[in-house]
Amino acid sequence: MAQKIDQKQVRKVAKLSRLDLSEDEVQEFTGQLGAIIEYVEKMNELDTDNVEPLAHCLPVSNVFREDSVRESIGTDKALANAPDRDDSFFKVPKILDDGSGA
Amino acid sequence: MEELTALELKDEISAGKISSREATRAVFERIKKFEPTIGAFISTHEERALESAADIDRRIAAGELVGPLAGVPVAVKDNMCTTFGATTCASKILENFHAPYNATVVEKLLAADAVIIGKANMDEFAMGSSTENSGLKKTVNPWDISRVPGGSSGGATAAVAAGLCFAALGSDTGGSIRQPASFCGVVGLKPTYGRVSRYGLVAYGSSLDQIGPVTRTVADTALLLNVIAGHDPADSTSVDETKAPVSDYLQNLDTPIDKLKIAIVPQFNAGADEQIQKALTEALGIYEKLGAQIIEVEMPHLDYAIAAYYIIATAEASSNLARYDGVHYGHRTENPRDYIEVYTKSRAEAFGQEVKRRIMLGTYALSSGYYDAYYLKALKVRNLIRGDFISAFEKCDCVMMPVAPTTAFKIGEKVNDPLQMYLSDIYTISVNLAGIPGISIPCGMDDKGLPIGLQIMAPAFAEEKLLRVARMYEAQTQWHTKKPPMIDK
Amino acid sequence: MADLEYKVIVGLEIHVQLCTKSKMFCGCAVEFGAEPNSRVCPVCLGMPGVLPVMNKKAFEYAVMVGLALNCRIPMFTKWDRKSYYYPDLPKNYQISQYDLPLSENGYIEIPLESGQTKRIGIIRAHLEEDAGKNLHATGNFSQVDLNRTGTPLLEIVTEPDMNSGAEVRALAVELQRMVRFLGVSEADMQKGHMRFEPNINLIITRGDGEFRTPITEVKNLNSFRALERSVNYEEARQLDEFIETGKVMEMGNKTTRGWDDEKEVTVLQREKEEAHDYRYFPEPDLVPVELTSQWLEEIQSRLCELPLKKQMRYVSEYGLSDYDAGVLTAERSTADFFDRTVKAGGEPKRVCNLLTQTGLKITKEKNCSIDDLPVTPKSLAILATMVEDDTVSAGSATTIFEAMTQTEKEPQVLAEELNLIQKSDAGELEQIVDSVLAENPQAVEDVTGGGKKEKKARGFLLGQVMQKTKGQANPKVVSEILAKKLS
Repeated sequence: MAQKIDQKQVRKVAKLSRLDLSEDEVQEFTGQLGAIIEYVEKMNELDTDNVEPLAHCLPVSNVFREDSVRESIGTDKALANAPDRDDSFFKVPKILDDGSGA
Repeated sequence: MEELTALELKDEISAGKISSREATRAVFERIKKFEPTIGAFISTHEERALESAADIDRRIAAGELVGPLAGVPVAVKDNMCTTFGATTCASKILENFHAPYNATVVEKLLAADAVIIGKANMDEFAMGSSTENSGLKKTVNPWDISRVPGGSSGGATAAVAAGLCFAALGSDTGGSIRQPASFCGVVGLKPTYGRVSRYGLVAYGSSLDQIGPVTRTVADTALLLNVIAGHDPADSTSVDETKAPVSDYLQNLDTPIDKLKIAIVPQFNAGADEQIQKALTEALGIYEKLGAQIIEVEMPHLDYAIAAYYIIATAEASSNLARYDGVHYGHRTENPRDYIEVYTKSRAEAFGQEVKRRIMLGTYALSSGYYDAYYLKALKVRNLIRGDFISAFEKCDCVMMPVAPTTAFKIGEKVNDPLQMYLSDIYTISVNLAGIPGISIPCGMDDKGLPIGLQIMAPAFAEEKLLRVARMYEAQTQWHTKKPPMIDK
Repeated sequence: MADLEYKVIVGLEIHVQLCTKSKMFCGCAVEFGAEPNSRVCPVCLGMPGVLPVMNKKAFEYAVMVGLALNCRIPMFTKWDRKSYYYPDLPKNYQISQYDLPLSENGYIEIPLESGQTKRIGIIRAHLEEDAGKNLHATGNFSQVDLNRTGTPLLEIVTEPDMNSGAEVRALAVELQRMVRFLGVSEADMQKGHMRFEPNINLIITRGDGEFRTPITEVKNLNSFRALERSVNYEEARQLDEFIETGKVMEMGNKTTRGWDDEKEVTVLQREKEEAHDYRYFPEPDLVPVELTSQWLEEIQSRLCELPLKKQMRYVSEYGLSDYDAGVLTAERSTADFFDRTVKAGGEPKRVCNLLTQTGLKITKEKNCSIDDLPVTPKSLAILATMVEDDTVSAGSATTIFEAMTQTEKEPQVLAEELNLIQKSDAGELEQIVDSVLAENPQAVEDVTGGGKKEKKARGFLLGQVMQKTKGQANPKVVSEILAKKLS
């Protein structure tokens, strides 16, 4: 069966999604995703050259809020669900690289 | 008392004939009796509920004004944030997450003096059509416990069908209120996109998600909709009420629509089981007797709705679920070697397979080189689907079709073939893509005694008309009064 | 080694933090230095179920900058999600703008040392939300503070039109001045309100052709000095590297280097295995913005005369020196005060001197702006006129101005109180000169006698007149009278 997506691509997508998949999972997902992608390509039966993409259903624009300050929820509430904290900070294993995108 | 609708109960409580405490205690009695079998709730809050109930009773006795849902025990799907208990989305990743805020709809229920008795089970992060994807609990269909209740709002519909609450709120992204409502023989409404605030609803497919009522009668749905509909400044996608005013959905509910024009799509309906098609035909017969005209329309793009949906919804989901990373809240893996492992292992450990699949599919569809072919294409197909509805509504007041191609299937029947599971959304999914409202009302039973639902769709913001059309049928039939045998005994 | 010539090419990416009171999508306060994780709410924490709502003022500030940068402002603009995982980005995506930014295709003029200006193209300026901060504590862990998450950030991207470290610095300084003038950002480098990332490469011309070196992006620049030096460092480093390796620019070989401020070098950052795939797609939780011409006009009307233009006008219209004009236009409050004082009748050069020599000295001491002093433009204009018409000497004006900043009295009142009104009446002064001459015959002899003692004697006599008048005689007039009488 011609695969729509191969294991290499699946690993790449898993990395982008920050999911640590087992070998079994990679194999299983390759098959399942392949079948789904093949199905989804059904859309190519439709000629959409002159069709606008519809990102928002509602014909709404210009929704704003005023620049006014509201009370914050406080440090304790903010950190209440934190898996690990260091005083008023969220705590994570040391970040070594500058992985930021900004 | 269990026979009462939410509306009736509310009236009795307000009149002082029944106390909210009584109603709430009765609900918890039933939960003790049936919940071990049904498994509709991820969490229940008996003490808190009884306290609220007592407070409402006190206020009524003191002659104070109370809200339109005063004293009525209701449930809320566990993807809506509540400050009490956990908000888990039926996922291990949020199993112990305690939200510091209430969803807007929850605030509205509380302001209406409803008594929230528990958080209902669901497919994990609302991804699924059977509630089998719940990472925390199993829910069965009260009509046949070897079968699924439908999904993803299966806990809510099972609870309402079994009388474990008088009404519930579910969420619908591709049919997640309507399909389980049809499997469980209850009423389920997905309002127009933007009619109800999404603030506090844990996002799955942001441009598709809506919160809606699950009830036993159309009047109860109107009652709930009155409470939850309306603009929310915290939700930029909730509609401005000057553009789409909120009606009083109860007011003219019993006034039938004169010269009702109903559109059907015969070729499309052909994909459903014979018994379901038969039930639909019979339902249409009843409408005709009431003076409605049935016309046939073509909606050629509906066949592509599943394809478009599984790109758009998964793309949005892959982004919406990126925040579950073990850093700021939620499950974190033990002993991560570095901060990258905090992400990759926490998510791998705590997400279920369907969630992982959809995240991967969505990430793939948005990734470099594939965006145009999949995501952009899907948005164009979406436009075509909406176009089908717009042209249909030029000729009719509403469109009717089945809710699902089958009645409730057996537990485990479809879990091994994700694509098969997706294909069962064929009738409900286009409604979310078009952003219009759709309702499922009970309209029959198959030869196994399993409920069948009738789906009615209306133009955007036409809920008032939609509910009246639904009520027309309900007033002529008894399907909505039927109870699951295990409860009836 | 073949003869080679080269040119350094620099494009700049700038992030400017806007000074709105609240964050971009929620009502948390934008505040520097607050207790960690104390200016946060479910929305900016990226908690399950939350939704963003756009800050109108942030949007309008961004449009103001776009207009000031001579950009095209499209009537339709939208928001997009930019996905990447990092602990200071709680949603693991940033709400930004991708294909339809709120402004594009503009330019900014920068002053060069020669006194001329150079035009630098602006590719685009768009709005996005800032991330929080990761702090690297001692030990094997990092700390995350999300106070800054959600702060409105304007990203400006220039064309690669700069050709030296000095030009890059000039652009940075001008941009800082501009956004401060517009009142849309404090642009305080210390507080991280402005961040710069230059993209640098060389075009090398040699006998055997023209070569482009791979582009380097430099991060971690916290001052204008670092910015300029990093460009100069890269210029030299890339030249050396090219001579040694011959490596040229290719698809995908752009590198990122971090600036080490202590050693003043750039350091290659750990090579990333692959470039970021940001997977941009339209933000479903936010609706687009549609501008009307009316709204745009209203925003346009809030723009002020921009600082460089104003500086050049001060030089051409008032004859101020470029340096002085620069000082007056360093801050909007000073320039505004100057404008209002001139409008109230003050002679521009005089007002300039008073402000630059005295006014700004006082504001620097008090660490405030000129507006904070109890001096009005009208009063300053009066003081300037008093100097112009010799009512007070220039030196006295300084004293009076200082007094004006401490009391709320008018200059004429203070001049009288402090006995600084110059006597310029020739008749009155003549009498005093006569009496001084009479009392000091030796000095008179020294003057009329000529020779070495003349100059000193003249000075002495002048001094005597000044003493008799308690310093209030107009020295010019006295000198004239003395000269006449002693000739």
